[in-house]
Amino acid sequence: MTHLKFSVLGIALCGWLALVTGAQAADDLVVYSARNEQLIKPLFDAYQKETGTHIKFLTGKEGPLLERLKAEGARTPADILMTVDAGNLWQAAQSGLLAKVDSKILNENIPAHLRDPEGQWYGLSVRARTIVYNTKKVKPADLSSYEALGDAKWQGRLCLRSSKKVYNQSMVAMMIAHNGEAKTEAVVKSWVKNLATTPFSDDDSLLAALAAGQCDVGIVNSYYFGRFKHKTPDAPVNIFWSNQASNGVHVNVSGAGVTQHAKHHDAAVKFIEWLSSDKAQSLFADANLEFPANPKVAAAPLVASWGPFKQDTINLAEAGKLQGKAVMLMDRAGYK
Amino acid sequence: MITPPPITEQARAPHILLQQSWWWLARRRFSHQGGAWRLVSVVIALLAALPLLMLLPAWLTAEDEIWRHLADTLLVSLLRNTAVLILGVGLGVFVIGVGLAWLTAMCEFPGRRIFDWALMLPLGIPTYVLAFVAIGFLDFSGPVQSTLRSLFATDMGTGTLWFPPIRSEGGVIAVMVLALYPYVYMLARAAFLGQGRNVVESGRVLGLNPWQAFFRISLPMARPAITAGVALALMETLADFGAVAIFNYDTFTTALYKAWFDLFNLAAAAQLSTLLLLFVALALAGERRSRGRARFYGSGKRPNAPRYQLTGKHAWLASGSAALVLTLAFIIPVAQLAVWTATTGMADFDARYMEFVSHTLLLGVIGALLTLTCALLLATIHKQWPDRITRYSTQLATLGYAMPGAVLAVGIMLLFTWIDKGIDRGIYAFTGGTTGLLLSSSVIALLFAYVVRFLAVAHGPVESALERITPSIQQAARSLGAGHREVLWRVYLPILRPGLLTAVLLVFVDIMKEMPATLLLRPFDWDTLAVRIFEMTSEGEWERAALPALTLVLVGLIPVILLVRHSGK
Repeated sequence: MTHLKFSVLGIALCGWLALVTGAQAADDLVVYSARNEQLIKPLFDAYQKETGTHIKFLTGKEGPLLERLKAEGARTPADILMTVDAGNLWQAAQSGLLAKVDSKILNENIPAHLRDPEGQWYGLSVRARTIVYNTKKVKPADLSSYEALGDAKWQGRLCLRSSKKVYNQSMVAMMIAHNGEAKTEAVVKSWVKNLATTPFSDDDSLLAALAAGQCDVGIVNSYYFGRFKHKTPDAPVNIFWSNQASNGVHVNVSGAGVTQHAKHHDAAVKFIEWLSSDKAQSLFADANLEFPANPKVAAAPLVASWGPFKQDTINLAEAGKLQGKAVMLMDRAGYK
Repeated sequence: MITPPPITEQARAPHILLQQSWWWLARRRFSHQGGAWRLVSVVIALLAALPLLMLLPAWLTAEDEIWRHLADTLLVSLLRNTAVLILGVGLGVFVIGVGLAWLTAMCEFPGRRIFDWALMLPLGIPTYVLAFVAIGFLDFSGPVQSTLRSLFATDMGTGTLWFPPIRSEGGVIAVMVLALYPYVYMLARAAFLGQGRNVVESGRVLGLNPWQAFFRISLPMARPAITAGVALALMETLADFGAVAIFNYDTFTTALYKAWFDLFNLAAAAQLSTLLLLFVALALAGERRSRGRARFYGSGKRPNAPRYQLTGKHAWLASGSAALVLTLAFIIPVAQLAVWTATTGMADFDARYMEFVSHTLLLGVIGALLTLTCALLLATIHKQWPDRITRYSTQLATLGYAMPGAVLAVGIMLLFTWIDKGIDRGIYAFTGGTTGLLLSSSVIALLFAYVVRFLAVAHGPVESALERITPSIQQAARSLGAGHREVLWRVYLPILRPGLLTAVLLVFVDIMKEMPATLLLRPFDWDTLAVRIFEMTSEGEWERAALPALTLVLVGLIPVILLVRHSGK
């Protein structure tokens, strides 16, 4: 008898837990995001203030989040997937997780190379991955392109972040798109030869090492440089726009797409359209010292102070397509 | 000639009786051999193994390209690195964990009373946090080297000043040893205390010096506990991704996550993780075999002989080494976190922090109790009926700890979405309504994940505590007429209490630190402190991660203090 009582109690408790924590209001817009909470929540709050639409969200790591979306299939509560890096967006589209969206507003606001040709995802903020240097040891005239960082004069002077970070994978993928695999592999090998120390696990440590003089040049995302300069304005580190004489500096995006099985497809599109609008773009980009994807919107003063630059305009979907090749290439080249 | 009498109804009766009683006898035998209980352990094992089973279909597809790529480029160095890491960490946690446990449990030296519990504190610091703090502190651009350079070298970065590089093989091993030794320390300490000093004292009476007493009596007797502790540390090392990623040190898990996150091939990652589990299962089985049938029973009483009084040089050496470990593994990291929090982190402090803390605590407490219950069932059932079924069940159920967290989380997510879809289809067929996803987005999936992941952590201390229950205690209880349940409640539980407390504490702290499963399986608006840490660190904002990390450490202190109050005297 007690056994029965316990089981009934247990099942009731489970049911209650499931209902209390698992259920959700039907008309909230739901976002799965690999972009961090501190960078997206202000936007959600602003949107709710403006339109009354409440947005529920779940943050997490890209890989597992995509698997969750896949596994939930048609029953997913998610209406929108937000993530960083074109490679991840391309992968989500490739797995059939994102719906095709045809929006005049988005096509007007977002330049063609920053969105999926089929309208499955849209870049909403832009970061440049470019060269940074120690101003005490390097003159800007010494610098020209990513490829030239493999020159013998940089022997023992180059700092890189780990090849396991998707930012580097996308960058090398775009190099493959421009120069072909063989030439890119030679470049990456020459980088490895020039390394001053083991690749770092994040851009911040790289910048700190650069400022401390452990190495003289490195490659980072523009917003890490912005953050570093904001924190330590006197650090002898500056940014250099790479490949201006050739194909332009490598840019990447953080972006969003409407899920294939969104319960609120139209409302989701409307929200992404709003994100591409003037007001939201400043909020979106400035929170992380990025460039707005919408070219009509000005960047934050600190970001704008780095000057204008020519950006690589090959469609970012290429980065996704070639990511696997890039990863294997870097492994072969011994780039850890 | 006598003809046999015709078979009448009466004559057949005993036969029928026998037939009826066959069922009765079988049932009796079943329950006498603990059939129902053994079934419980099989069920727990199968439940715990389900998420692993969800990954097996990955082997149906051949991922030739990735395997060939790995074999051509990384595999040899990955296996070498993993082997070095395992050896280094294994040796390190053994020496530090057992050494300190022996000192605090058996000897008397200045500060012993404080070190006794303070040495458990590093448990509250996640390995990845310690890794980052160590690198931030000791790398070229960190405060230590910068200060040294400004003192000794006039020109910065000329390479004239040599300093051991922290981002190196030695560095990653050292950090993991400092983060993981508490597992060994806690289990070995409990074992030494449980042996009682009388045993060692008898050895000394028989002419052994303290070193001989340690190596020939205490160490062999504590072997099950020490092995359990080292196994936990090594399983965590094998499954770790956070710390090795911060060090950019490539191990087997690196290959696994490379296949999944970089090459978008979950199947290959699942294949690699099943291989990892197979390796762990074989290693654990091998250890058990080598331990053989030897069983060691302590006196079971509280220690009563006096502690070894260390004096002079020895006393200082003991205090010094304990202080050194405590400083490196706890005081410096916490101080660094406090500095970061004070300078940049406090801006993030808002009303929601109470929510993060309460979610963290709630999940920790419920998860730890559930895990402990399962571990206790598995261990006692195996103790009572030590046959193959219960042994394999236990081994299967405790494999989850060696599984890289994110892969295990996905396995559990796949399992629960599959169940959810079944429920939804069923409900739809009957009522025409829909439930959507019920379990996979609720805390039930998350709690299940914690139990699967940390069963091994609870099982280690529980099992080694069970070793202290001698057959004679059991026989005495049974001969006095106690049933299985009574033996469990009135005899086992009181003896087991220190072990159970250790188990609950370890699991509680582990759940609080757990990241991949919490990230993937938490319900909406159920952020915890670990989730906060992830949000900040995933884009390199370590200073802002200091506030949740420091809060996590402080919340983790509560159970340590409770434990000390309970078992301190």
